[in-house]
Amino acid sequence: MKKNMDDVRFWPGNIVVAEAAVAAGCNFFGGYPITPSSEVAAHMALLLPKVGGHFIQMEDEMAAMGTVIGASLAGAKSLTATSGPGFSLKLENLGFGYIVEAPCVVVNVMRGGPSTGLPTQPAQADVMQARWGTHGDHPTIALTPAFHQEIYMETIRAFNLAEQFRMPVILLLDEVLGHLSEGVIPPKPGSFEIINRTKTTASPEDYVPYDTSEGDVPPFAPYFAGYRWHTTGLNHDRTGFPTTDPDTVTFDEKRLMRKVTGNRELIDKVEYFQADDAEIGIFAFGSTARAAMVAVKQARAKGIKAGLMRPLTIWPFPNNQVLAFSKQVKTIIVPEMNLGQIVYEVERSVHSDMPIHRINRVGGVPINPSEILAGIEEAA
Amino acid sequence: MHFEARFSAVGGQGIILAGTIIADAAFLEGLYAAGSPTYTAQVRGGPTKVDIIVDSEEILFPRTAEIDFFLSLATNSYKKFGTDLKEGAIVMIDPALVTIPDEHRELYKVYEVPIIQLTSDKMGRMVYTSAVALGTMVALTDVVSEESIRKALKTRAPKGTESYNMKALSIGIDYVKEMLAKGVTT
Repeated sequence: MKKNMDDVRFWPGNIVVAEAAVAAGCNFFGGYPITPSSEVAAHMALLLPKVGGHFIQMEDEMAAMGTVIGASLAGAKSLTATSGPGFSLKLENLGFGYIVEAPCVVVNVMRGGPSTGLPTQPAQADVMQARWGTHGDHPTIALTPAFHQEIYMETIRAFNLAEQFRMPVILLLDEVLGHLSEGVIPPKPGSFEIINRTKTTASPEDYVPYDTSEGDVPPFAPYFAGYRWHTTGLNHDRTGFPTTDPDTVTFDEKRLMRKVTGNRELIDKVEYFQADDAEIGIFAFGSTARAAMVAVKQARAKGIKAGLMRPLTIWPFPNNQVLAFSKQVKTIIVPEMNLGQIVYEVERSVHSDMPIHRINRVGGVPINPSEILAGIEEAA
Repeated sequence: MHFEARFSAVGGQGIILAGTIIADAAFLEGLYAAGSPTYTAQVRGGPTKVDIIVDSEEILFPRTAEIDFFLSLATNSYKKFGTDLKEGAIVMIDPALVTIPDEHRELYKVYEVPIIQLTSDKMGRMVYTSAVALGTMVALTDVVSEESIRKALKTRAPKGTESYNMKALSIGIDYVKEMLAKGVTT
């Protein structure tokens, strides 16, 4: 990508998220600022009033997540951004978002440590929390872009998936990406797809909020437009009212999962780097994938055939793609900024006793290419 | 071409913007650039830095490893961030604000430029510190041309301050050129 300065924006990753969100049609942000995600909120506060949208800073993260779901049910495309401690607080309402089927995007710019940890330093230790943090069976879509141009496009994709499947979508960044500035060329409006939730064609009198006769994603009617709604976190039937009928609950919970499991071809996204003839495989995501790309180049310069697989959709986990990759390589190395999380998914995707090597780092310093290169050389 | 620069100071001195201007200048020349600031918990007064990488190829790993140019405007930021410098790196310090270990003068090419004093005497307003600092870097390295830095700074400068920023840049450039003409190094 050779650049013409007039088109290039030198933006931190967090600002890329905000710009892309608005480009995707986002018109509501409810949040509570937290490092290293605060620039998303600050920039949304700047952008939204100019496009007729609304920004609200709430008293805490739980309330912020509540506004995001409320705005969504009123028809808005809504966004919030946070980091680990705030994400923990949003989880209960995130589950509410899944069960009431409120499309929205939740950004987690991951920082170090449990609890308040390392506010200004990176980690990738919320990746399992993104999948399993909120209680109960629920589907999850989480995206892990690694470059700013990709952050722009994946933010748009996050909104599209949220709208298409009527569910919260998580965008996982880390502090390296959130605060890193690099060149981005925002695509021209109209040059990318924007998906909006399917609206009901029923009249207000005939509207059934969770009518799935046409498919697993119920057509939507916004609040305040004359349609009757009952919104509850309790298991509910097609009318939205609570039920404990085992068959109804079973059907509905399976339907929620099926929105994701039944649409993998629309959701999965994996990128490869010099993987065609690779013998030593690396599986990495987010900023760690960038260090891995350098390590792959360095290894190849030394005659070692290394190659990288990196998920842009990390949840649902690309089990089949990892299995295929494992049949091609001798071993897989999994570097991640945590003490070992996504490696478990890689291990259970590989149906053999293939050695899986871990490279883990906590402490707020990113994994650098030389650490991964050392791992490649050891495994070669 | 691969060039790494680190500007360090205390929060509030405006050095993070200096990094953005170098990146803009790099884009003008068809190069790639990446910048990573480091924050501390303090809004002002804490040690801060911005790392800038300029490369003729796409930048994959965006963190610095071997720094070519290091500018420091505070002793505590020098101590905290004076790491990962390449042997023979250009180190620029303001002698009124920064004291460094003697052995560093052997390891690096150390230049002393009274950036704060220059800004205060010749510009009268400290907001131009980063423009003066940029001028010193341009005069000491060839990572981007003076013309590109001028164009980038002009674009980024708040309306009405363009000519002052141009002047501040020249002050930095001229001081270093004179210093080099006199044969002053470490």
